[in-house]
Amino acid sequence: MANFLDNETLQHVSKQFDNELLDVHSRILRMGGLVQEQVGLAVRALSDGDTELAEQVIADDYKINSMEVSIDEECTQILARRQPTARDLRLVVASIKAITDLERIGDEAKRIARHAVDMAAHFPKRNQFTDLAHLGAHAGGMLRDSLDAFARMDVEQALRVVQEDKMVNSEYEGIMRQQLTYMMEDPRSIPVSLSIMWSARSLERIGDRSCNICEYVIYYVKGKDIRHIKLEEVEKDLRG
Amino acid sequence: MKPSLNMKTPLTHGVDISALGRKIGQDAPSRADICLAVQNLKLFYGDKLALKSIDLEIPRKRVTAFIGPSGCGKSTLLRCFNRMNDLIDSVTIEGTILLDGHSILHPAVNVADLRRRVGMVFQKPNPFPKSIYENVTYGLRIQGVNNRRLLDEIVERSLKRAALWDEVKDRLHDSAMGLSGGQQQRLVIARAIAIEPEVILLDEPASALDPISTLKIEELIYELKANYTIVIVTHNMQQAARVSDYTAFMYMGELIEFGPTDRLFTTPAKKQTEDYITGRYG
Repeated sequence: MANFLDNETLQHVSKQFDNELLDVHSRILRMGGLVQEQVGLAVRALSDGDTELAEQVIADDYKINSMEVSIDEECTQILARRQPTARDLRLVVASIKAITDLERIGDEAKRIARHAVDMAAHFPKRNQFTDLAHLGAHAGGMLRDSLDAFARMDVEQALRVVQEDKMVNSEYEGIMRQQLTYMMEDPRSIPVSLSIMWSARSLERIGDRSCNICEYVIYYVKGKDIRHIKLEEVEKDLRG
Repeated sequence: MKPSLNMKTPLTHGVDISALGRKIGQDAPSRADICLAVQNLKLFYGDKLALKSIDLEIPRKRVTAFIGPSGCGKSTLLRCFNRMNDLIDSVTIEGTILLDGHSILHPAVNVADLRRRVGMVFQKPNPFPKSIYENVTYGLRIQGVNNRRLLDEIVERSLKRAALWDEVKDRLHDSAMGLSGGQQQRLVIARAIAIEPEVILLDEPASALDPISTLKIEELIYELKANYTIVIVTHNMQQAARVSDYTAFMYMGELIEFGPTDRLFTTPAKKQTEDYITGRYG
């Protein structure tokens, strides 16, 4: 994967500063890789009813937390020692925000894993998971693409991810409607349906947080804060 | 309704920022707010062109910082504002500088009057070898002010505005040379403001001072902008970022970029500016 930190970014008079920024960026990508893995495993544990795997996901969450703390500390050091400006400042700010979202995505993975453990006790029908697995693949794809956009600081890729979010949202709403119907038809399905709904909610949140990461990519590259602005206007502005 | 995205103005998400004390993202101050206007200014040292067609408008009662590498012309430009370059024989100047709409480069302009309106403070504190009191009143005495009570009032007011009063009020008649570097620099600022100028030019005012004295000068600059237009030349970019409302980046005699400090230090428009302020300058 091409790294954005090669040509223009790494031209500081202070090579040590280059190294510090490079280190933060690559550690975020490592953290992102771990988060992505946790999400994938949590969704698999859920759809396979694999409680052992789910427990493993829950147990491994601490790794993500400690990465967040340590990258945060490194960013604070850069702010204190280097007083970065312009693009460098935006990179540090975007990094601090991105790791917060990544850590929360890790929490969502843990939450899904917990539901996987709960649900296994209720022997759900396998077909109830079809849509959830689909949503999981979609949200997981958004996460992967957002990390890819962050790795290359690719605005076009970031915009594509932001566009995807609408579809993830509508899939989420579909699952909610479906589960409501199941619950109305048969109250015995309520525990399983609730777990599915909460898991779907977590996956939808993973999509939202992947969008946030993409917003930081756009902030870094373009210096524009696009949060809370209509997507069409953002596209018009960025693509001219 | 969602707010619209406009390239020309920073995004405020529909929040009305006009009510905020600090004017955010004000790229072009209105004409009435312009204190100094520089138009197509060229300056030659002999036949070497040191300032290349500078156009710049310096807003009133704001702090404007000039940054740029050594030799970029920022001090030369600063010295144009009170015609300090007149003292150098080889200098020739073309173009216009307007102070409140009136040309200051015209030969008929009384330079002493101009320098009363546009005071200057240099890198190295230069108090006169006289008492603190006499330093502050020096300009007024030259103007023929001898009323003791009036002089006392002005000394107190100027030293208070320069944040030096509390430190020297009990020893006003001691020699100014006994003050610390930071105190001397604040005394020089008090001397500059005693004659009520409109503009204060600061040429690296804190570069010879320790960090705490530097912060005191910066705090003072913040206080002074309520009453004066301040133009500061500094090598210290963090200082420019801290104290100024507007920043001008100069390079090799050209004005590369001028804009609100808020924007210039986060999203500079020009690559040269970005490379300089981020330390990518080779």
